[in-house]
Amino acid sequence: MIDEGLKSEMQKQGVFTITLEELYNWGRKNSVWPLQFGLACCAIEMIAASMARYDLARFGAEVFRPSPRQADLMIVAGTVTKKMAPQVVRLFNQMPEPKYVIAMGACAISGGPFKQGYNVLKGIDRYIPVDVHIPGCPPRPEALLHAFMTLQNKIANQELTGPNRPRHLQADAPSEFPVPAFGEHDLVPPNNPKVWQPPVAKV
Amino acid sequence: MEPLEQIKHRLTHALPGARLEIILNDSPSAQHSLLVDHEHAVAVARFLRDDAELRLDYCSNATGVDWPESVTKTKIKKKVVVDGVEKEIEETIDTLRSGYLEAVYHLYSMEKKHGPVILRLRTENRSDKNHLPSLTSVWRGCEFQEREIFDLYGVIFDGHPDLRRILMWDGFKDFPMRKDYVEPDDYEYEPTPHDDVLEKAKKHQGASA
Repeated sequence: MIDEGLKSEMQKQGVFTITLEELYNWGRKNSVWPLQFGLACCAIEMIAASMARYDLARFGAEVFRPSPRQADLMIVAGTVTKKMAPQVVRLFNQMPEPKYVIAMGACAISGGPFKQGYNVLKGIDRYIPVDVHIPGCPPRPEALLHAFMTLQNKIANQELTGPNRPRHLQADAPSEFPVPAFGEHDLVPPNNPKVWQPPVAKV
Repeated sequence: MEPLEQIKHRLTHALPGARLEIILNDSPSAQHSLLVDHEHAVAVARFLRDDAELRLDYCSNATGVDWPESVTKTKIKKKVVVDGVEKEIEETIDTLRSGYLEAVYHLYSMEKKHGPVILRLRTENRSDKNHLPSLTSVWRGCEFQEREIFDLYGVIFDGHPDLRRILMWDGFKDFPMRKDYVEPDDYEYEPTPHDDVLEKAKKHQGASA
């Protein structure tokens, strides 16, 4: 690794040095294309974030793709009902790696105000791995931008080798996640134990 | 709009044999409703829609109500002579009301700009005799709302053109809006559980351990 002081000194002279990892991550983090889908009111804030006033395009993410095959990021914007949950997981499975998930708003992270309902999934992280959670009901566009920058930082700091390398560079890490089935009383299974397990409460 | 008593009076004249009953609403809104029997429900609905005075052409809302079995205690004061002295004692009488499901329709008139007239239909019980006549043939807008009542309360509407679940999936067996619905054990962690949530957490962790 090159010394940071030397690197900065060389930059002043117009010589830029960079590692392959940094270059690779820099390219990836600045072209994260979200999947164009929304589930509830959070989607309206997501649309606002993508329009001129908040301008998601500054982060290289203005291209909302209508097909999961072309998308890198799933923004779960809104209430995930149990009837919709299998479709959300299926869409996520159809996205190519590397792929990321932002759970936007109280409903997507925990069920929100509908948590006690019989029909609402208590957080999409029960079935798919979520990278960034945004609280809020709905979160303002600034919060989504902050989540975006958090995700960019996460991508920029990923190591491409070693045990902590991202999922898409691990041959045995799953890229697809089991789609829950409609059961007689609830979704089957109620959560994917490899992705999420209920924490043990102190009782 | 004419009062509900008058509507009932005219209905009994137009449809002899229809068993109608006015259910009083004691609350300040005083929205009294008309309980209709199954055989004459569609005829009553047609009358209300087509009658020149009423023209109730718009069913704004159809919803369900679950009335589980209940015991009402009424206290009666009695005068009893004990040892030659007259005493007043209280006696409680339990009256058992068998459970039933109800569909409630709120009717308005777009043409006459009046309303609402409230119709009620009751099933015989909550388990096997849970059929009601569908009013979709009279008000087309009832179709989805009757499907919703079917989905959430388990009322079967005879004569409905397309009676399927609308909010829950087809394989779903329960009726979530019934009072005795037991929700699945998908307990959600809370950092400081208390009261009901604590009970739920204990039950859940006891079940999984």
